[in-house]
Order: sequence, then structure tokens, then C-alpha cells
Amino acid sequence: MMKYEAVIGLEVHAQMLTDTKMFCGCSTRFGSEPNTQTCPVCIGMPGVLPVMNKKALEFTIKTGLATNCKISPYSRFARKNYFYPDLPKGYQISQYELPICEGGYIEIVLDGEAKRIGITRIHMEEDAGKNIHEGSGPYSFVDLNRAGIPLMEIVSEPDIRSPKEAAEYMKKLRTILRYLGVCDGNMEQGSLRCDANVSIRPVGQKEYGTRAEVKNINSFKFVEKAMEYEIKRQIKVVEEGGRVIQETRLWDSNKGITESMRGKEEAHDYRYFPEPDLVPIAADKEWIDEIRSTLPELPDAKRERFISGYGIPEYDADLLTEEKVRAEWFEDAVKAGGKPKIVANWIITNIFKRLKEEDKEINETLLKPKHLVSLLSLIDAGSTSSTMAKTIILDEIFKSGKMPEDIVKEKGLVQISDAGEIEKAIDEILAKSQKEVERYKSGDEKLIGFFVGQIMKATKGKANPQMVNELLKKKLS
Amino acid sequence: MKLNELTISELRRLLDDREVKPGEVLDDIYNRIDAVDDKVKSYITITKDVAYEMAKDAEQAILSNKASLLTGIPVAVKDNMCTKDISTTCASKILHNFKPPYESTVTARLKEQGYILTGKTNLDEFAMGSSTENSGFHTTRNPWDLERVPGGSSGGSAAAVAADECIAALGSDTGGSIRQPAALCGVVGLKPTYGRVSRYGLVAFASSLDQIGPITKNVADAAIMLNAIAGHDPSDSTSAPMDVPDFANVLGHDIKGLKIGIPKEYFIEGMDKDIEDSVRTAIKKLESLGAIPVEVSLPHTGYAVATYYILATSEASSNLARYDGVKYGFRVDGKDLLDMYMNTRAQGFGSEVKRRIMLGTYALSAGYYEAYYKKGQQVRTLIKQDFDNAFKNVDVIVTPTSPSAAFKIGEKATDPLQMYLSDIFTISVNLAGVPAISIPCGFTRDNLPVGLQIIGKHFDEESIFKIAYAYEQSTEWHLRRPQL
Ligand SMILES: [Zn+2]
Repeated sequence: MMKYEAVIGLEVHAQMLTDTKMFCGCSTRFGSEPNTQTCPVCIGMPGVLPVMNKKALEFTIKTGLATNCKISPYSRFARKNYFYPDLPKGYQISQYELPICEGGYIEIVLDGEAKRIGITRIHMEEDAGKNIHEGSGPYSFVDLNRAGIPLMEIVSEPDIRSPKEAAEYMKKLRTILRYLGVCDGNMEQGSLRCDANVSIRPVGQKEYGTRAEVKNINSFKFVEKAMEYEIKRQIKVVEEGGRVIQETRLWDSNKGITESMRGKEEAHDYRYFPEPDLVPIAADKEWIDEIRSTLPELPDAKRERFISGYGIPEYDADLLTEEKVRAEWFEDAVKAGGKPKIVANWIITNIFKRLKEEDKEINETLLKPKHLVSLLSLIDAGSTSSTMAKTIILDEIFKSGKMPEDIVKEKGLVQISDAGEIEKAIDEILAKSQKEVERYKSGDEKLIGFFVGQIMKATKGKANPQMVNELLKKKLS
Repeated sequence: MKLNELTISELRRLLDDREVKPGEVLDDIYNRIDAVDDKVKSYITITKDVAYEMAKDAEQAILSNKASLLTGIPVAVKDNMCTKDISTTCASKILHNFKPPYESTVTARLKEQGYILTGKTNLDEFAMGSSTENSGFHTTRNPWDLERVPGGSSGGSAAAVAADECIAALGSDTGGSIRQPAALCGVVGLKPTYGRVSRYGLVAFASSLDQIGPITKNVADAAIMLNAIAGHDPSDSTSAPMDVPDFANVLGHDIKGLKIGIPKEYFIEGMDKDIEDSVRTAIKKLESLGAIPVEVSLPHTGYAVATYYILATSEASSNLARYDGVKYGFRVDGKDLLDMYMNTRAQGFGSEVKRRIMLGTYALSAGYYEAYYKKGQQVRTLIKQDFDNAFKNVDVIVTPTSPSAAFKIGEKATDPLQMYLSDIFTISVNLAGVPAISIPCGFTRDNLPVGLQIIGKHFDEESIFKIAYAYEQSTEWHLRRPQL
């Protein structure tokens, strides 16, 4: 039986986090009333002209530098012509022949192996508006708030060979964009969009197969699923003696399949030509160097530093550096005196669990690095149990932002580490449980748990569990 | 003499000396319009109420000694420049009801200088044409002969100036649309260097070629108007971030020793004899004033018209895509979206506009782009180089403005190619982006005006003004007025 491999290239559209639109001064705020963030320029009135948002250019150059691209000293905008109600000018201002960034790559790590995915180009363009289909009338509505919001289109080489790699690439790209602060990376809200060119070929064959373009992958979790489906579909087509046709397919997340858009958007001729209303972009070297000097430490470098500098496991370093705010939070905690390995472990286990429950990022809660550090030192000193720390105390910090030592005091959670007091409690329980003591002594050692439970109950959970264990065993022997 | 017959400079003195009031100037203007515009049809919209409001402000400014360049001067504006809350139609049905909520930069600058808007003038629809016969509303008549066209596309502005229906006017020039009608109507028309004047608010025909400029009764007025409108505008990225000289300063300068290039490709077999004679005589005149004629060559001239009609229509096909019936202007409903688009554009645009949209769409299409648009861009570069080379040896280049004087209404209307050739001497200038003026230099035996074109180097309108003014001062062509 023939073995196939997938060939995937991704075209990612990232909405830039600029305050104003690409070619006018309108706000880019999300979620306002329809058509309230518009002006003659972004609604395509007669006679008005675009003026490039320099911040958008800076963001694009930043992204190019962070993905190892060459920044073109001479670049220009082009018009992409087509009719659609959400495209007010009848053309989109984009870049075609001379994009601002070319020839870069992103490194992904999969099963411990690093792989470079080439970036063909990154260019700037403006977003279209939105058509809203509401009510039963014969009309649709057009909201142009989004029209003109700056986008970056990031086009990868067809270097991706599996759905897992595609997902990893998207994840890495998103992380880089968020590190740079140029895009919030929110696929569900549409500020990060991904179209995929997918084809298959027999393993060993050099030529590419015919590709299908998969659109509408509107959530992170669907990147892998959509690719998996499409690859299986293409293999099935070929194995049944058919041929894959070049077409656009839409991912339907409800059905979990891709469907042909046949006829809807076939054979567009966009009639690209240089945008005569904007002068060519000449990004001078000094400015590019200046932008380069403002680049933050990027995730790969940070990850390496965390592993070698703090000695934390690769797995922990991966998770911590995935978001810049997590990495910063971690480092703040270490700076405040936390032991790196323990801090990392606590974040990844106890804190992540809660963040997931509350659907928040680490910097969006009342828990600050100082809380964790003081909590860890309370455990260290035996002033509280780690069980207590993970449960009641952490709960309270998330709720009120109070310092752990105050919580311990207020709730009377100070651990009993006084041997005399613990022994007294043990004696009382053993005296009440003569039968169990005898069974234990005749070999039923599982009963130790029963005794511990009783003692903890009697001390309202405050007894130092380690001491209870030790003293109990001594008494019973 | 009626006040509407005066020039900007003459009126400036009378107004500043408080011998006349802006309102009185306006009275004469509107009396004239009432008397002749039924015949000439220069205007699409008359803005009388707005004008008298502006006249009050002007009078106030003059009384408080705060008069600027154009305070109290009635100016007509071609109806493809946006005027806030005032109908701006581009002489197209598709914008028949369009009132822009914003002001073009040029009219804003005129306002800063205190002008009074008399009205919006007629043009070929979206500035596409050379006779105003393509106007979606009516054809403007040449004041020298009402059976003839005023030229185009700024025919309304040129006719209004020639017929004294305003003191000065703004036109726009994509392939000769200021200079050719100025020549045909016997007035002065200047197309500045591309980038000298902001295009913000000028409804685009071909963005890389369009430029706004003045149409006036004499050269000095053109300099004043350019002073008012020139200069960098942050809203137009293609406007040059350069300082602007005071163009009036060079008027009256000696032209001795200035070299004027005579391109051999512009004096061709079959050219109208009267035109050639007038232009040759004008060159002799310049020589007698001390200028030195030098023969130059612009070898790619023969490709200019073809190049222009590929590039201009390509840009137009895209610029006019926004008129889709969705957001503003004219709309014809349909059974679905595509039907609405097609009905709206089929009924909203006139035939010349449709012809150019189709030409441009074709030139940009996959498979044809290389052969047409791209080739056109390459030839454009060669044409630019022709001028660069010629200007190594001369200060200005002098040519006829138009190969013929005003032609009869309907004469070329059915033959687009013949019509396109009306711009044969003006088109290269737009492709090269250089400035050029047309000034009156004689009359044909039918008593129709002839225009002399003086072309300058990039951003050297000063040399043009210097020579044009010297010529004008030594001749009397510009003083003749049509009898209406
Ligand atoms: Zn806007």
C-alpha cells in the first residue's frame, strides 16, 4: 500500500494592535456599534486618499525581524480588485510584487526535534468590513468598522508535513506575535486567521500534488483537525482512482469536515497593480536598526535561558515561555526569592489548573509573584501544609489577594508542629480505637490511614501530617 | 466696464482700496451668468446663496484689513472637486445626488485665501473626454462659437472664464484637461508638476496623472491661484513635501538667454496650418525677446497616446469600482447583489466611462497585464527620460497645445480615436509629471483661439511663468474677448 505525505503551507492573517486603521485615523476598537468607527477614507467615498499608518509598518518590520526575514529597502502597495459590499472601494490595498518582508523562517520543536518552517513573505494590507445577514428581509447589512484595520499576511513555505507541525507552527507564530505585541492572537475573535494550502504526494515523490485551499479555520483547536480531515480526504480521493482538484474548501467545525466552495469564488482575477495613491515605502536602514533594537527577548531565546539559567525542565520552560506574561511572572517570582524549579512546578500544576478554570491569564488574577513566594516559604518552614496551601490558601489569594501569612492567621490555619500536642491527640484516638489497634498489630497495616484520618479530623487538619505519621508509627510499634 | 470682466489682480486692487465690495463683484458675475449661461452652459450647479454668504465674510476681512490673496474673488470650481455639503457630481448620473461631507484640500486652501465659490462647472463625466460632450447632464458651448465645443474635460471652467462668468476657475488635468480647453477657449490654463497640488478631494480619474490647476484670464492670475493652492498636504501622500516659491515673484523677469526647446516630433505633417503658423510666430516673438530656440527631440512621443490610454484607463477601472450603489449615489435595485451592481453601473455611467472601465479592466487582466499595463509603465519611463534628456539643454519646451482649434459639437463624438488624438500634444506632459501652461497665441481664420504650450522641468513652474508672462506682455491675444 502506497504511503503518502502531506505538504502544507499556511497563509496567516494577523490583525495588528495599532490604535488606528491602516490608512485613516479611525479607531480599531473591537465591538463598537456598527459603522461608528468610519470616515470618508475607510468607507471609500469619492476623492479621498489613503495615508499609511507608520505604526503598522513598524509592526510588520518587527515581525519580519523576529522571523528572520529580510526587510526590503523598497516596497510598495498594490490594489487587489474585486467587488463585494464589505469592500467599500472595490479594491483592497495590499502588497503584491514588492512585499516589505521576505525569506524568513520560524523554528518549531516536535517530539524533541527542531525544524525550520520557511516564511515566504510578510506583507501589509487592510481588512474588509463585515456583511451581517440578519432578519428575513431581502437585504444584508454592512458594518465597516473593521474596514481598513491593518493586517499582516504571513505566508509560509510549503514546508509543513503534518497536521501536528501545522498546529505547532501556528502556536509558535502566535507566541511570537504576542511577544512582539503586534497582534493579540485571538483566533476565535478573528484577529488571527489561518488559511491552509494542503496537498498530498506519495512519500519520496518530489513534485507537489494539486492543492486545495482550506479556509475558515476559526479556532486554534481546529487547525490540526481540519488538516487531518483534508489529508484523509485527499488520500481517499486518490486511492479511489480520482484526482484532487484545485479549489477552495471551507472547514465546517460542526460537521468536522471541509466542503468545496464550488462556484462561489472560482477563478478570481484580482487585477493587481501598483497603488498609485501611495508612494513606495523606503524603509531606511537606520530605522530598521532602531526597530531591531526594540525587539524583546524572543520565545526561543527565553526558553534556552530558562533551561540553562534556572535549570528547569524543558517541558516547564516550553509552557512558561509560551506566553510572555507567564515567563515574566515566573522570573518575578524567582527574583523575589522563589526557588526556580519549585516556582515553575507550582505554576504549571497548581496555578495553571486554576487559570484554566477561570479562563484567565496569569497576570489577570489577584495572585502575584510575592504571594507564591511567601506561600512557598510558609510550606518550607512547616507553618502550613502543602495540601492546605494548594487548597484553602490559594483559593483565598485568588479571591481576595491577601498575603498567605494573613490568611493563615485569620483562618487559624497555623500548622500544629508541636510534638506534645500531636502526641496528645494520637493518644486520645488510639484509646478510642482499641479494636483497630489490635487489628493493626496483627498485621492490617492499611489501618494507618484510618488513624491518620481520625487524628487530622480531631486537629481540624492542622496537625503536621509528617509528624503525625512518624509519631503514630512510633506509638504503634 | 463690468466687474466680472476684470482679472484677479485688478479686482484685488479695487477691493483692497474699497472702491468696490465683494457683493458688487458677485452681482456682476451673477448678472452675467443669468445673461449667458443658458447659451454657454458652463455650470452644473450655481452656488449663489453660499457665494453671498462668503462675500459677507470677505467684506468683513477687507474692512478689518485682513484680506488675503483671493479675498472677495469669485472662482468657479470644476465639479469633480469635493465641496462640503455642496453637490459634487463629476457630471455623472451615478453621483447626481452626492454631497460630500468633506472639503477638498484645494477648495479649503482657496477658502483660507478668502475666495468666493460661484458654482461647480461642467466636465466630461469623471473628466473623461476632450469636449464636455461626455457630460452626463449637458454639453458646454465654446463662447467664441456656440456651435463648437469648449474642449475638455475642464470645458465648463474654461468656458466660464472665457465668458466672464467667473474671475478664475479650477480645473483638473489628466491628459490635457486644463490646457486643451484653455487653448480652445482662449484663456490661460496651467497643469502644475505632479505632486505640486494636493489631490485630496479631487474625485480620481487616473491617480498617477491627475493634477489640479488654475484656469485664468492671464498669466499673473495663474501665478496667484497657484500660490493659493500649491504645497504639501499630509492627506495626499503623493503631494511633494517641498517648499513652494512665490510664483508672482518671477513675473516680469527678463527672459534673455533662456533656451526654449522646440521638439521636432510636435511639428508634424498634416497639422492645422493656422495652428502651426500661430505657434511658429509665437516662437519668433520669444526669440525677439531674447530667448534662444533650440531644436530638441522627444523620440517616444508617438507612443504617448497609446501609453496614456492603457495606464489612465487601468487606474480608472479601479478608481471607479467604488460606485457600486451600496453606500451613496445612484442605485438601481436588482433581484440579487450582482443584478443590483450591474443595473446601477449600467444605468449610472455614460458610454465613454464604460468604454474606459472596460479598456482598463482588460489591460490589467491576467494574461494581458504584461503586454499592456506593464509595457505601458515601461514606455512611460522612456517618455519621462525623453523629457529629462531634452531638459539637459533647454529651460522650457514650447509646442502647440492642441492639434486643432475648437471643433464642432458632434464632429468627433462618434469617433473616440479622433477624440483621443485631441490630447496628442498634452498627454506626454502628464506621463512625465512635468508642469505645462497653455496661453493664447493667436486665432485661426475662423476667429478661434490658438494655444501655445510651455512645458517646464519638474517643479520649475517659475520658468514657465517667466516666459509665459514675457510673451503675454508683448502680445494682445489674451485681451480679446468673445462676443456673446
Ligand atoms: Zn476611517
